[in-house]
Amino acid sequence: MLSIKNLHASVEGKEILKGIDLEVKPGQVHAIMGPNGSGKSTLSSVLAGREDYEVTDGQVKFNGKDLLDMSPEDRAREGLFLAFQYPVEIPGVSNINFLKTAINEIRAYKGLPPMEAKDFLKRVKEKQALVEMTGNLANRSVNEGFSGGEKKRNEIFQLAMLEPTLAILDETDSGLDIDALRIVANGVNKLRSKERSFVVITHYQRLLEYIVPDFVHVLYNGRIVKSGTKELALELEEKGYDWIKKEFVEV
Amino acid sequence: MLKTSVKNKTGTNSFPLGEGWDGATEFQTLLGKTFAAEPAWLKEKRKAAFDEFLRKGVPGRKSETYKYSDLKKIFSGKFTAVHNGQHKLDIAINKISVSKDSIKLVFVNGWLYKESSLSAELPKGVVVGSMAADALFLQQNILEKNLSSTASTEKDAFIALNTALWCDGAFVYVPDNITLEKAIEIIHICTGNEELLVNPRHLIVAGKNSRVQVIEHSVSLDTQKQVIVNSVAEVKVAGNAHVNYYKVQDTNKNIVHLHGTYAAQEQRSVFDTCTFTLGSDWVRNNLSIALNGEFCESHLNGLFITNGSEHVDNHTQVWHNMPDCQSNQLYKGVLDGRSTGVFNGMIYVARDAQKTNAYQSSKNILMSDDATINTKPQLEIYADDVKCSHGSTTGALNEDAMFYLRARGLGEESARALLLLAFANDVLETIRIEELKEYLKGLVEKRLTINNDRTQ
Repeated sequence: MLSIKNLHASVEGKEILKGIDLEVKPGQVHAIMGPNGSGKSTLSSVLAGREDYEVTDGQVKFNGKDLLDMSPEDRAREGLFLAFQYPVEIPGVSNINFLKTAINEIRAYKGLPPMEAKDFLKRVKEKQALVEMTGNLANRSVNEGFSGGEKKRNEIFQLAMLEPTLAILDETDSGLDIDALRIVANGVNKLRSKERSFVVITHYQRLLEYIVPDFVHVLYNGRIVKSGTKELALELEEKGYDWIKKEFVEV
Repeated sequence: MLKTSVKNKTGTNSFPLGEGWDGATEFQTLLGKTFAAEPAWLKEKRKAAFDEFLRKGVPGRKSETYKYSDLKKIFSGKFTAVHNGQHKLDIAINKISVSKDSIKLVFVNGWLYKESSLSAELPKGVVVGSMAADALFLQQNILEKNLSSTASTEKDAFIALNTALWCDGAFVYVPDNITLEKAIEIIHICTGNEELLVNPRHLIVAGKNSRVQVIEHSVSLDTQKQVIVNSVAEVKVAGNAHVNYYKVQDTNKNIVHLHGTYAAQEQRSVFDTCTFTLGSDWVRNNLSIALNGEFCESHLNGLFITNGSEHVDNHTQVWHNMPDCQSNQLYKGVLDGRSTGVFNGMIYVARDAQKTNAYQSSKNILMSDDATINTKPQLEIYADDVKCSHGSTTGALNEDAMFYLRARGLGEESARALLLLAFANDVLETIRIEELKEYLKGLVEKRLTINNDRTQ
């Protein structure tokens, strides 16, 4: 599904990603952990197509297609979803209106007619329940005046609405209290399927207690320096990132 | 000849009209023919105004108030002032009108077009008609009392020019305690294939505790040459009256708008105005509101969308002359191409105007590197117990928001349109006439999504 090979990327001339390799197969959940400044958010931004980042080497295939060659909207239309670490507030644009436009543009890309209004509303109702979101929140302007937890829930709500095949969660746990974290994680777990994969980017092991990954990778200084199963996350929790840093320096 | 008779007292701050217009001769012709039957007081007023205009001249770029709007360019060509109303329209008014339900007054090149001005059942005493017919012959007392009462010729050269040359315009009189349910739509149409100077003059008199809504809608049909519309509207808002005044400017490239709206409010009155400039080559809007009674409320909103080499200049003045009044302004602009915009907002608070609340905000989005906007707030506060604020922001479209929308599958164009519509919506939502609101939402959406060159 997602195949990253030797990915190098820089921002304003400074190299942040220094050769990333990652294979994600359908239905898998991969966690990417790492200390601050290791390149976690850069990786998600590059995958989603943010223009501030320059890919200097390597390739990314998404379902066999060259992902890096696509515009951000085409990546989304191909089934990629990024849950933002800092969702943007967009006053005056209603959540619902925006999602309707998004869904219909994705459908148009696939050669499908616009979604029937009643089907759309049904989906809204269903997916809102998934993240325990009130109707009011869905009708408000995108993220405007939302609390941190509401913003993250809204990201997962959008994920549920757009039904991507690959979802990248960029530090979705940051700024969440334990209740909000549980709601968000439950939402994600309900969206797991044989076809849908997740890349969960996080600083802390805490989120992985709720969203149990198949694989854990440690990102440090722009490279994946360690990969393992969920036990690796526990080891990191126990020993901290200094352990990795030390080991990496020694190598 | 005008060009030789000008005494240009203000030196480089102004210039006489060029060789393209023999104003003095035209003015004499008008006095002898079009204005011949007018009462002496009006003819005197016209003469004095014309002299005032000659003294003032056309403001040059060194004049502070017209600094960013190059009038020399506008007045350099040839043109003639419109003397009569002999124009034929071959378009149905309901194709142009913004509101089916409104009471319509149609003007073609400054003259009432009777064929399309629909008569309506009006409450007793209400006059909705024209300056040349209704005001001048039937309501001369009201005219004499109110003409030039809010738009003083000393204020501005173009008020003087209009006061000298106006032939017709809308005349609305609403007596005390009357509520006019239907909105009045003044449709001003420019048409023809010659260079013209048109001077519409509107007078709205709202009696005590009355309610009236006016839409001043400017359009153009097939104009091949430059038409200068030097329009002046005077609005008198008596105590406890509510007046809504909407200006919609939606014309083609050849139209130059020099619009002045001058309102005066008495105590506890409300004046609500909104200016939409959605297409025109060159626009200058002067809006001045005098709060002459206590507990008045004014709302001044505006939205302009420019493209190509268009120029839109909004100058507002709010005169807080009395205590306990409130004024609120929000002007928004979306500028693309090489277009230029100006917002200059003056708030004056007199020494006795304590407890004044005056707010002003100007927000602009530049869609291209070549578009420019000059904004200037001007606060003159002489009272010490007031709340006044102003703010101005100018920037590109929020890139983070653009990326967010695109990352959800929206194409660049629809993402941009969604954000711009949201930006414009604040101003659109202030419209109190549903039909007008819907009409303008559609028009704004069209302007923002289609990168059209508006050649009509």
